[in-house]
Amino acid sequence: MCTYATVKTALEGSAKGPESSWFRVTDGTVYFDHPVHAMAEHTLNIDFTDPSRGPGARVAVELTAASARELVTAIEAALASAPAGLAV
Amino acid sequence: MSDSLTAETIRITGHDGEEIEAYLAHPLEAGKRGGVVVIHHMPGYDRGTKEIVRRFAELGYDAICPNLYWREAPGAAPDDAAATARAQGGVPDERLIGDVGGAAAYLRSLPTSNGKVGVIGYCSGGRQSVLAACNLDLDAAVDCYGAFVTGTPPAGFPLKVTNLVDQLPNLRCPLLGLFGNDDQYPSPGQVDELEEILKAGGKEYEFHRYDGAGHAFFSTDRPAYRPEAANDGWERITEFFKNHLGG
Repeated sequence: MCTYATVKTALEGSAKGPESSWFRVTDGTVYFDHPVHAMAEHTLNIDFTDPSRGPGARVAVELTAASARELVTAIEAALASAPAGLAV
Repeated sequence: MSDSLTAETIRITGHDGEEIEAYLAHPLEAGKRGGVVVIHHMPGYDRGTKEIVRRFAELGYDAICPNLYWREAPGAAPDDAAATARAQGGVPDERLIGDVGGAAAYLRSLPTSNGKVGVIGYCSGGRQSVLAACNLDLDAAVDCYGAFVTGTPPAGFPLKVTNLVDQLPNLRCPLLGLFGNDDQYPSPGQVDELEEILKAGGKEYEFHRYDGAGHAFFSTDRPAYRPEAANDGWERITEFFKNHLGG
């Protein structure tokens, strides 16, 4: 199916690529839908973008549902391991 | 019939008189023939969709696919364009109707046109194919597993999608529907609902449902590809357009 579901969030940081160059990331789009490249019928897709730089300023990832959950856990664990006051 | 064809990127007039990009393929053979508007799936105006456009030219039609994301992302890679359009809320229904109408008008303006134009869409384009057929003068429409022709989108959907139940009384051409029985959107129950509405409204329709197939079974580059369903589906499409477009 095309889920149509899309969750948007503002982000502050940087991402690398395309063409191996870094760019400022201002927006994230998260959705569970058909992937372009991953060999699964549906994946959890994240676009890290800066819309002000055009459609090509995008780092895209397509993760199976299980690995996306593992990523969420890993992010939470990494943030929790930071010394108090650093990861705010 | 010759299988020689030509394909190219052109500009056409879309919704609100705006110029948009489109991919055109047509047989090299002279003579009058029907036209087919191909509506691309949500992942965009991509290689797979252009292969479908060329296949319709090989079948003897003038075929065109408007780039529905041209306004948001002119010249962008198809996947980047799809991501940008998605982040901006998707393609508004009114604009889709204008763009498909522009594509149909372009086909009818060709010297080879016999005046008949059909539309076919896949995935989100399946819903948009029905939407176009309810609002434009078309001669045949094909819905390949379009979600939310019937049924209700779950609450909280940020994209501007509604079902088409209130528009189905305006369907003004025969409809061919191709669905996978393992699909959830549209589910077999939603396809049943659509069939009941069409039957009650006295509409001309033909549905085929495939066991062992889910969503996107025509997509040759995806795990969802089901050759048996896709091959039979292509035969149904070929026959349907031959009957209604004079191909």
